[in-house]
Amino acid sequence: MSESALAARGIDKRFGSLIVAADVDLTLPPGARHALIGPNGAGKTTLINLMTGMLRPDGGRILLGREDVTALAPEERVRRGLARTYQINSLFPHLTALESVTLAVCERRRVAQTWWRRLIAYREEIEEAHQILGALMLGTVCHRPARELAYGQQRLLEIALALASRPKVLLLDEPAAGVPREESKELFSAIAGLSRDIAVLFIEHDMELVFRFATRVIVMVGGSILVEGTPAEIASDPQVRAVYLGKKQREYHRG
Amino acid sequence: MTSTTIAAPRDHLQAQMRWRWGEIAFWLATLLPFILAPDYLLLASQVAIAALFVLSLDLILGFAGIVSLGHAAYFGTGAYAAGLISKWGWGEPLTGLLLAALAAGLFGYVTSFIIARFRHLPLIMITLGIGLLLQESANSASWLTGGFDGLQGIHTWPILGRFRFDLYGYTAYGYALAALFVIFLGARRLIHSPFGLALRGIRDNSQRMRAIGAKTHSHIRTIYTIAAMIAGAAGAILAQTTETVSLEVLGFQRSADVLVMLILGGTGRLYGGLLGAVVYMVARDQFSGLNPQYWYFWIGLLLIAVVVVLPNGLLGGLSLLTRRAKAQS
Repeated sequence: MSESALAARGIDKRFGSLIVAADVDLTLPPGARHALIGPNGAGKTTLINLMTGMLRPDGGRILLGREDVTALAPEERVRRGLARTYQINSLFPHLTALESVTLAVCERRRVAQTWWRRLIAYREEIEEAHQILGALMLGTVCHRPARELAYGQQRLLEIALALASRPKVLLLDEPAAGVPREESKELFSAIAGLSRDIAVLFIEHDMELVFRFATRVIVMVGGSILVEGTPAEIASDPQVRAVYLGKKQREYHRG
Repeated sequence: MTSTTIAAPRDHLQAQMRWRWGEIAFWLATLLPFILAPDYLLLASQVAIAALFVLSLDLILGFAGIVSLGHAAYFGTGAYAAGLISKWGWGEPLTGLLLAALAAGLFGYVTSFIIARFRHLPLIMITLGIGLLLQESANSASWLTGGFDGLQGIHTWPILGRFRFDLYGYTAYGYALAALFVIFLGARRLIHSPFGLALRGIRDNSQRMRAIGAKTHSHIRTIYTIAAMIAGAAGAILAQTTETVSLEVLGFQRSADVLVMLILGGTGRLYGGLLGAVVYMVARDQFSGLNPQYWYFWIGLLLIAVVVVLPNGLLGGLSLLTRRAKAQS
């Protein structure tokens, strides 16, 4: 088996009688730019929750690099290089953008437990946070509380927070959700410009963005992976066309 | 040009932690009772003790979002520890204070393992439970605590061998005020540290904290232990200055009072709690003079009025006023 940055092996999960993940196998090679698509309710976000440890699978294993992280708490997985963003903004509303990202950098460097030194003594951490924000075009608004940022900026701050943990693997849950089309292209350019050391898996509904920015596409339906391939293969796959691409309404498979 | 762009983000953070004139004025004003109201120094020392207790609650509630209805457990632990140390023959106040704070901190550390696992309503029930548990334990262990009659036989030696505790409360207030100021400096440093930032992160969104790799439980255990130590120090000073400890130090009433003081003054600002303690204690003194039986009626009215009119407490209202005044000028 080839080397992987993140892998799911035979993941099962059910909520009562509802099967949300059935024997899911997924491999993300280092530096990947993979898209995870599928109709609403297919289990895409659930899969991210399972891989990041927010949910515990009923069966199967999660491998981060060569390490089995199935039993690890979410924060332990983050510390080992697995970061995520949320479909619905999950920020620190009262912290400024700079404070938020500085906090994430301090957590990564294990200095967030220090209460006897002043924060401003941590020049490198603050500087690094400022650079991350600058790279995501948030440098000029870094002293605004997160709740006062424009929606698109909040989406970028989501990504900035994840990057501050220096991930090897980044899982983006609809990073452009709710962002106007023009802006979402900019947002995806920022994602495409991320270091090739980071393997990226993103959930996205907009097929144009998927085909433009993903090198491989994974299609999920009803808690299982239907098919995986290059964008061209997926676009011409009759199965995919039947369940997904042919429909105008993407909510078609809801429930 | 490059140097300014690099320095800018730090400058902004630095400006937030600079000492303001209002702060200096506040601490100078704490010296006024010595000159203006020497008859009220005993009340002033009670206020300083309450302020220290509120400060400890603000650290967990105002900064980390940990709601507690049983914070008197740590205040009482400190009070009994200081009282017992003195009763057993060591009346030196400073070491007694330190040991009592450590005892309360130890109890805080042990209980923090339960505290860290819960939030919101369950947390209120658990802290309430810890408070009740400890009070009844102290009641039944009357061989140790004196039970319902209180702990007798406490004698506090002069501070540094020089300052005797007098009837008028000069030493008591000076001692309580000095302890409050020193511990306040520590708390102020804490909230401007990386750890202080992490606490605000937990209050804002503890789920997201885990997603940036934070061990939130460990953070909560640390701040809870620190807060318990400070509450214990407040209790210890009460025991040392009044030379008596009654079961009331562990009571639900005390836990509720400290919460009221904090909400009255405004949470998450350090000074809010201090201001709340001053207003509450002075109001209680005045109201109970007017109408000893029903003074809680007025406290209740005051509480409702403040929360309705000033959701962020007295200090929140005050800073709103100054901002408006600045905007107008």
